[in-house]
Amino acid sequence: MSHLFFLYFAGVIVATSILVVALRNPVYSALSLLIMFFHVAGLYVTLHAEFLAAVQIIVYAGAILVLYLFVVMLLNVKRDERYHVQAPAAAFLGLVLLTEVVLLVSQRAYQTAPAGLPAADQAGNTETIGEVLYSTYLFPFEVASLILLVAMIGAIILAKKNIDEC
Amino acid sequence: MTLPAADILAILPELIVMGAACLILVLDPITPVSRKEWLAWIGLGALAVCAGVTASQMGVRVMAFSDLVIIDPYASFWKLLLYLVSGLTILLSLAYLKEEAMHLAEYYGFLLLSLVGMMVMVSAADLLTIYLGTELMSLSLYVLAGIKRAEGRSLEASAKYFVLGAFSSGILLYGISLLFGITGSTRLSAITAAVHTRSLDDPTLLLALILLVVGFGFKIAAVPFHMWTPDVYEGSPTSVTAFMAVAAKAASFGAFMRVFLEGLGGLKANWHGLFLIVCVATLILGNVVAIVQTNIKRMLAYSSIAHAGYALIGVVVAGHATASSEIRSLGLSSVMLYLAIYSFMTLGAFAVVALLRKGGLEGEEIEDYTGLAKRQPVAAFLMLVFMVSLAGIPPTAGFIGKFYLFMGAVRAGLTWLAVVALLFAAVSAYYYLRVVMVMYMREPEASVTVLPRLLVSPPLAIVLACALAGVGFFGLYPDPLVALAQHAILALK
Repeated sequence: MSHLFFLYFAGVIVATSILVVALRNPVYSALSLLIMFFHVAGLYVTLHAEFLAAVQIIVYAGAILVLYLFVVMLLNVKRDERYHVQAPAAAFLGLVLLTEVVLLVSQRAYQTAPAGLPAADQAGNTETIGEVLYSTYLFPFEVASLILLVAMIGAIILAKKNIDEC
Repeated sequence: MTLPAADILAILPELIVMGAACLILVLDPITPVSRKEWLAWIGLGALAVCAGVTASQMGVRVMAFSDLVIIDPYASFWKLLLYLVSGLTILLSLAYLKEEAMHLAEYYGFLLLSLVGMMVMVSAADLLTIYLGTELMSLSLYVLAGIKRAEGRSLEASAKYFVLGAFSSGILLYGISLLFGITGSTRLSAITAAVHTRSLDDPTLLLALILLVVGFGFKIAAVPFHMWTPDVYEGSPTSVTAFMAVAAKAASFGAFMRVFLEGLGGLKANWHGLFLIVCVATLILGNVVAIVQTNIKRMLAYSSIAHAGYALIGVVVAGHATASSEIRSLGLSSVMLYLAIYSFMTLGAFAVVALLRKGGLEGEEIEDYTGLAKRQPVAAFLMLVFMVSLAGIPPTAGFIGKFYLFMGAVRAGLTWLAVVALLFAAVSAYYYLRVVMVMYMREPEASVTVLPRLLVSPPLAIVLACALAGVGFFGLYPDPLVALAQHAILALK
């Protein structure tokens, strides 16, 4: 049963990812990206990572994609042919990379399963993540908050119309 | 949740720099334009305090924040170097920003936040923390690159750097996530242990390794991940370029060596060949393409690529299969030595570039230096010293740096690599000495209406004096720096 779900989600993710780059209308691309985000969230649910699934939908589908669509519509990008010139080169490089990955992975099957983490769903997914984030991973968490600060002020500096040069 | 005071004490330097940055950002709007320079002095004061704190941490080795942060002599060495570079960059910026009429105190705030990111990178014992430090550093640099908003080149540099930087971060993160999947941890110590128990030719491990090399290769601007460097270095304000070329490269090398030699040291048979290829390609391309550049900032960009290639020799030596622990520490300490020396000479060269004005604009073409020795003998002499040092000619510090690297290569049995590097060092002498030739051998052209002039100010004089002292002193008497690097390397097993 879980295999069936995985195949469905993975298949849709691959198909919509290809559509994102293959479709020529940016709005359609964005919409296939949306479908992909939802299916990634579905994949998280099958892995019992409910919190991650919710974050995936709220942050990616809810915030980032809407922002993306806004930009597309504001700039009124209808069709952009410029980048399709590079398609043959990109396809070639992609093919090389793909064969490399396939060769590497098929060379030797996974003998041992990937190292797992201690079961985290005793106390509920969200609670555990919150606890770990504020205890074990406090330092990187605070660094991430600094990154957001830089992003915020940086966006203002670069995009504000008239910073009083005085 | 309780925070032990010891943890806070361990990251005191980071907290001080962060506090200073936030203070500058808060004070900026309420400071009149005429006094904005004072905010830069807050940053300099903070750096001085941090240097004291870090120097006192030099002998200790502690882990903090559930083993995510490590304070050891290795980290302290890089931190001290980064303080020095940041301090000199702030001094350089004082004069430069005034001339460019950019009264943005946020500039100093971002500089310091970028420094926090670099400090996190060099003292992190965990891949996730290293990644976040890298992001903090890069994001601040993207903004700094585009801070000269009136100029299209600057914005172009910022946009290019951002897009390519985000792309490479994604690759780095992919590598980290694969490694996490294999080993079950992002901590370097746990990865070391897990790598020991697993077979070396696990394909997924190999893939993760390749992705990490690509991600870090971008940050240190090694060929073939160097494409962004010339455009970004040319377009960014010169003071920012100096900071990127020196501090960002040093911090990336610091994190890179810790990840590969400490965390993935057990896999060195796998990554050694990869580094060898990258190293030779970087040496060749950096030096050859630099020859045809007419813009001095672009030339210095390619020269910084080439210097990353030289520094990689040390990493290759340290990762050589048959290297004894003595040769390994020689390789590592020579990388640290080289980057410290590189900082002095590159910062000095960029300071001279920032100094030269053509009317109200920057004099960036190599042609602008024609006959400089006649008009400005002091500036021409300084440039001469930095160029000679970059080319690695004795008795300057650049020679000492290259000497230790090549010695390591020879002793590790990689004589051919030393010969290749030496050949391309000879090639590099051509483009460095061309600047000298233009300055000393040619008469100023009479037809030029706008004569280049110099922007002289006390802070710039301090920067140039420091760089000159570094290049001269360590060229004649490198022992203190060598001893410091060798002391710092002991922490890495």
